[in-house]
Amino acid sequence: MAKISSRAELESWRESILAGRDLSKPCITVCGGTGCRALASEGVSTAFGEELRRAGLEAKVDLRMTGCHGFCERGPIVVIFPERIFYPGVTSNDIPEIICKTIVGGEVIERLLYEDPLTGEKIVHEPAVPFYREQQRILMKDNGLIDPKKIEDYIAVGGYKALAKALFEMTPEEIIEEVKRSGLRGRGGAGFPTGRKWEICRRAKGEVKYVICNADEGDPGAYQDRSLVEGNPHSILEGIIIGAHAIGAHEGFIYIRNEYPLAVEHISLAAQQAEEYGFLGEDILGSGFDFTFKVHRGSGAFVCGEETALMASVEGRVGEPRRRPPYPAQEGLWGRPTNINNVKTWATVRHIINNGAEWYSGIGTETSKGTMVFSLVGKVNNTGLVEVPMGATLRHLIYDIGGGIRGGKKFKAVQTGGPSGGCIPESLLDLPIDYERLTEAGSMMGSGGMIVMDEDTCMVDMARYFLGFSTDESCGKCTACREGGKRMYAILDDMTHGRGREGDIELLQELSEAMKDGALCALGGTAPNPVLTTMRYFRDEYEAHIREKRCPAGVCKDLISFYIIPENCPGCGLCLRACPEGAISGEKGKPHVIDPDECIRCGICREVCNLDAIGVR
Amino acid sequence: MEIEVDKIDALVDEYGGEHRALTTILQDIQDEHHYLPKEALQRVSERMGLPLIQVYQVAKFYKAFSLEPRGKHLITVCLGTACHVRGGVPIVEQLGRSLDIAPGETTKDRRFTLETVNCLGCCALGPVMVVDGEYHGKMAASRVDRVLKRCIEAKEATANG
Ligand SMILES: Cc1cc2nc3c(=O)[nH]c(=O)nc-3n(C[C@H](O)[C@H](O)[C@H](O)COP(=O)(O)O)c2cc1C
Ligand code: FES
Repeated sequence: MAKISSRAELESWRESILAGRDLSKPCITVCGGTGCRALASEGVSTAFGEELRRAGLEAKVDLRMTGCHGFCERGPIVVIFPERIFYPGVTSNDIPEIICKTIVGGEVIERLLYEDPLTGEKIVHEPAVPFYREQQRILMKDNGLIDPKKIEDYIAVGGYKALAKALFEMTPEEIIEEVKRSGLRGRGGAGFPTGRKWEICRRAKGEVKYVICNADEGDPGAYQDRSLVEGNPHSILEGIIIGAHAIGAHEGFIYIRNEYPLAVEHISLAAQQAEEYGFLGEDILGSGFDFTFKVHRGSGAFVCGEETALMASVEGRVGEPRRRPPYPAQEGLWGRPTNINNVKTWATVRHIINNGAEWYSGIGTETSKGTMVFSLVGKVNNTGLVEVPMGATLRHLIYDIGGGIRGGKKFKAVQTGGPSGGCIPESLLDLPIDYERLTEAGSMMGSGGMIVMDEDTCMVDMARYFLGFSTDESCGKCTACREGGKRMYAILDDMTHGRGREGDIELLQELSEAMKDGALCALGGTAPNPVLTTMRYFRDEYEAHIREKRCPAGVCKDLISFYIIPENCPGCGLCLRACPEGAISGEKGKPHVIDPDECIRCGICREVCNLDAIGVR
Repeated sequence: MEIEVDKIDALVDEYGGEHRALTTILQDIQDEHHYLPKEALQRVSERMGLPLIQVYQVAKFYKAFSLEPRGKHLITVCLGTACHVRGGVPIVEQLGRSLDIAPGETTKDRRFTLETVNCLGCCALGPVMVVDGEYHGKMAASRVDRVLKRCIEAKEATANG
């Protein structure tokens, strides 16, 4: 296929792709996101291919490996079109039956259906599953429909339409105005208004300008950027090209985490295809606009997600942040004006151009517009990626979509904003989620990680965990972060080992203030947030650690001991065999005992016991 | 470690010797050798006309690079927040007991290297353990030894057969 050199050619290409598709033809889609792949979805897809061949159905049924559907907990996910029959947790053994009954016989296989854990009801169609039903999917919508390796699939769902509109119907100023009016704010952390950022960069002096997509996604527990880059790479690319045109940049980069090999592969392939078809390169779609795009792999440093460190890294240097101002929009990559946005921010652009600013600003709250993709993980039943309008409550996310807490345990807190964010307690579950509300609660939006914790999570241990993370990832350039972090970590570490002292809480508070004031970049400036919020909402746990040398959640090893509850123990021997230290003894059929001197509190006995016979003190 | 000078030169030249390609070049070397041999860093510095200290600084700063040779099998355990709250630490501890090494170390026979990472993007399936690029979600400390054994046996069987 030759380069597309006009808007009309793009539309006729789209028409020919759509004309070649029979929407009533059965299509089996298998999720190819990293989560489902970890659950062997590639094998499932291969097995479908073989079975179709064996049954002589290759020509009659399409098979497609799609991007991430988001309901990763239940992978590998199979959806059969056109009806959208939803089979979660499919294994290779199920495939002959699916082909024979569902594809050939048109029959739904009861045992493979999703069962709503709350009502016990079996659900046939994907959109009716509560996890999906309660979402409003804009960015994630096409992930489950298209093969991310095929540009044709993207074109079929309206791909590059917004780019054509922006290039041929709008001036750069009009594009910026549209984005400004939409109310879109950056999805990478601080929530800076995107249109304003573009405008500053457009107005900045200089012939050469750059745009960057921040796909470093360092926030542990968040993986929506990965899922979008893997599952719909062209949608990000389209946003970047539109933004570059509006700003007046002719070169762009995506900075992507080294830990995401599949995402690197898919975005690289997408860029190559885009160039082949004339969406990148010289004279894009015959508009006269030139733009080149490169993929830059990160090398595993959390601080490189910070924009100034990221740019240093792209330049081939050590990724250390620098003071701002000057902001990247004034002085960025190689000293030139540079506009940097998060993956989700870029992916939103095409929707605003296609549907208009009013449509977008009609979604969300007063100050936070549109939808946000959260990664709902931790101790919640339905873990996965969830896209909801801004303003949805935490309760709605965790209970209506997330299906509540695993194993009937009690909710304790939800952590948002990654290592810069905080832990939000049960009393704030009805908080509508937007930038301001989360900040008021002492946390932040961050890039959308949402880690749910239950009664078995120790909040002092969590604070220590985050401080350990930030200290480990501190680049060491400024004293406040390098030394302050270390001191705070040491105090928290002492607490979890039973060496906490009166006055530690006050000292932590003081150190937090010093770090906030003195740190060079937001890594150090926000690192105390997890400590401050846990001290604010869970002070009693800190006090128990300090005064009573007790860990109420039963996590901190030096403060707990395991014992066997004789009434619950039938003497099955499971724990005895699993104990790596040989610390458990007892006759078969009689309650066992744990020798506290031998026990290393690894927790394996508790893990293997099905009868709740292992207690923690 | 035998370093093929020509290969490194070709790699540097492929990127036009541009300084901004330094991390990319080091990634390519790391992909091939699973670590950055000293001789390779020296050659990169000469060919790119960069001070060795600058090359070394970059190699040392980024976590993806290792200056020590790694074992034949790489085991990575995620200790990101989602994996941490669902029991990532007991998995690292169990591996430590079984292999008799701490995270970041390699066994004496150079068979295994154990590493931890701050999130692999499979957070919904935590805790996650990766053996030679193969992801294992929903891990439990009590299953570590079994999964590892099965995995390694399968790999070594294909390698030998
Ligand atoms: C320590 C640190 C880590 C960051 N990591 C990321 C990241 O992984 N992804 C991201 O998009 N932004 C990250 N940011 C925010 C960026 O500096 C920058 O604000 C953002 O990419 C701007 O894009 P936006 O306006 O679309 O949000 C980080 C900031 C700090 C201080
Ligand atoms: S926290 Fe372990 S994969 Fe993300």
